[in-house]
Amino acid sequence: MDSMRLSDMREGQRATIVRIGGSGPLRRRILEMGILKGTEIRVEKYAPLRDPLEIVVKGSHLSLRVEEAAQITVEKVR
Amino acid sequence: MNAPAKRLTIALAGNPNSGKTTIFNNLTGTRQKVGNWPGVTVEKKEGVIQRDGYELKIVDLPGTYSLTPFSIEEIVARDFVLEAHPDVVIDIIDASNLDRSLYLATQVRELDCKVLFALNMADVARSRGIKIDAQKLSELLEVPVVFTVGNKHEGIDVLIAEAIALSERGAAATPSRKVKYSKDIEAAIGALRDFMAARSDLALPYEPRWTAIKLLEDDKIVTARVLEKTGAFGAEILAETARLRSHLMDRFDDDPEILMTDERYGFIAGIIKEVVTTSTRQRVDISRNIDLVLTNRFFGFPIFFFFIWAMFQLTFTLGAYPMEWLDAGVGWIAQGFSALLPDGLLKDLVLDGVIAGVGSIIVFLPNILILFFFIALFEDTGYMARAAFLMDRIMHLIGLHGKSFIPMLMGFGCNVPAIMAARALESEKDRKLTILITPFMSCSAKLPVYIILAGAFFGPRAGTVIFAIYLSGILVSIVTGRLMRSTLLRGADAPFVMELPPYRVPMLKSLMIHMWDRSKIFLRKMGGIILAGAVIIWFLTAFPRHIDYTTDYTAAAEQVGAAFNERMLAAAPEARAALEAERRTALDKIETAREAERTEKSYIGRIGRFLEPVFAPIGISWRGGVALLTGFVAKEIVISTLGVLHAVDSADEGDALQRALHRTGMTPLSALSMMVFVLLYLPCLATIAAIRRETGSLRWTFFSIAYSTSLAWVAAFGVWQGGRLLGFS
Repeated sequence: MDSMRLSDMREGQRATIVRIGGSGPLRRRILEMGILKGTEIRVEKYAPLRDPLEIVVKGSHLSLRVEEAAQITVEKVR
Repeated sequence: MNAPAKRLTIALAGNPNSGKTTIFNNLTGTRQKVGNWPGVTVEKKEGVIQRDGYELKIVDLPGTYSLTPFSIEEIVARDFVLEAHPDVVIDIIDASNLDRSLYLATQVRELDCKVLFALNMADVARSRGIKIDAQKLSELLEVPVVFTVGNKHEGIDVLIAEAIALSERGAAATPSRKVKYSKDIEAAIGALRDFMAARSDLALPYEPRWTAIKLLEDDKIVTARVLEKTGAFGAEILAETARLRSHLMDRFDDDPEILMTDERYGFIAGIIKEVVTTSTRQRVDISRNIDLVLTNRFFGFPIFFFFIWAMFQLTFTLGAYPMEWLDAGVGWIAQGFSALLPDGLLKDLVLDGVIAGVGSIIVFLPNILILFFFIALFEDTGYMARAAFLMDRIMHLIGLHGKSFIPMLMGFGCNVPAIMAARALESEKDRKLTILITPFMSCSAKLPVYIILAGAFFGPRAGTVIFAIYLSGILVSIVTGRLMRSTLLRGADAPFVMELPPYRVPMLKSLMIHMWDRSKIFLRKMGGIILAGAVIIWFLTAFPRHIDYTTDYTAAAEQVGAAFNERMLAAAPEARAALEAERRTALDKIETAREAERTEKSYIGRIGRFLEPVFAPIGISWRGGVALLTGFVAKEIVISTLGVLHAVDSADEGDALQRALHRTGMTPLSALSMMVFVLLYLPCLATIAAIRRETGSLRWTFFSIAYSTSLAWVAAFGVWQGGRLLGFS
């Protein structure tokens, strides 16, 4: 199994969300934006300064900071 | 006589970027009122329209993704529905983003109100190969659904007709249409509801099932309201809630609110499966292609800086023309009044107080209009989110959001529009912090002060000194940001999870409304405060009227006049012109000396004298102190006051003033100290008015004034005393 942190993924890679860590409002906000366990995402790109990153979830583009993405565990899709 | 129109309140709810504002603009046009929600800095928009014999008050709720009360916007939106009981809530659903739209929609539906869905931008969705069965959606959720295309004004009339019809229908809530949670959660909800229902004498503030859900979700606001209403029994309800919560946590190893969020999305996934048919793969994503360039690793920043540069360039070059016309207009009005009014107090008040004061601010209107046009353009096209995406890494160092960059940058031009631009920030804390540190971006009005002072005392190194001053401002803002983030504005740094909405072609109407709304605020509110401030400063400089001069200037002038008259008679005709000029200079000198003494003995001069002990430790003379005080109206005035106080004729200000400053004992070190003070001390009147308006809090405004001014004093003290210790003068 290819479990890794979302923040360790490279541009263009796809993955399925396994676990969303962290706590409190941030975690709930991530869920509310539709980033849920089992959702498939694609890392669209990193910002020029390598933070934040842009991901595509269900056709919509979201950005989150690297420190936030580090709380999300994903499984790479081949 | 007509029967009085029936009044209905209709609230618009929806995600940011769902086209809610477009629909609102379409409905209300220019009849909208923009203000703030009471007590918070969230923009409140409403408009009243007449339709089919009804008077409809349309209220645009803040755009939110959910109704969990994290952000002030969500609290405002939810409270409005819960407490103000609008007759109908229209939830705008972005058809191209159904999951997230429905998440908010299911939450709105859980509230005790009449709901109507507007399925917006279905055309965009269709072009992406998404087909939505509105009939089915309406049946499944038991909510009427209307198709709309906001930017083409399609379906808007149907939407309003449907909303009116809905308001006429009977009671709102039917129990069958709630989200069904999993067995254990439903059991907990049921148990808590029964527990509360057992005490039939209790008056719960909200609908029982909803209350139970919110208590289980640990919703602080609902908990407080329940406690307030249920008195002694409240503690028991809390204990029961805690018991049920810990039971769920043991069972699922997760917080109930997380479980419920997850299940709501599960419920939505079920609905989507039934109502959506996705044909073929997605077509080319145009927005994505644009972003390949605009947020590109190499081109992203250069393009961003080009846009910002172009914005400033156009603001100031295009704005310069109307600025001239306005300036001429103000001059013309002043002349008119000058001719109309008899010499005396009233004339002085109107000319030197009202027209000079308000006139000096009104000339900025073109700049502000243009700047806001560009800001609206950035927002409406979707570029603002990209700017935040690019800049966030840098801004995060100060504990701010990427979007804070634009207001701070604008601060170098003028703090007033900059502070107003902070509205683009969603989190109230970010907004307050941005507003607090923006004045440290040295605005263009302070530049003349630096030029005169640095020019006089630092000669060839003046440029470097001025650059260092600007840099210090940025440094102070960074330090302040970090400081505030760990003290007053501590706590959840707003999560950056942000949508990068698809690029859209902006609508001119919407841009105009945006621009005009903000400029109107500038004109109306600023006008009032500035008027008052200008009159007060005028009063302080113009009074008392009778001053015991040390010298009899009138006699001196007469003497000079008489002496020249004699010389004139004796002189050859061709020398008379030169002599005449000489006479005028001599008379002007006497007049400026009188003016200097008059200002020194006016109230503001006395205040300056009184405050001398405050300015002495930072190496600023009482004249400098008075100049700084008058700079409160507008920073440019610092220089003109210094001119008056040093008895420099306004015609040859620059050089003469610099010489005069040297004469009155100013040194490079005290000039530096004064520059530092000007950089940091209290913002000008217009900026304070903007801070007051944008934060909606008098306390915060005073804090901003006190913080910047004490910081200015401490920094200037450090420069002056430290410099002297090191042996500079």
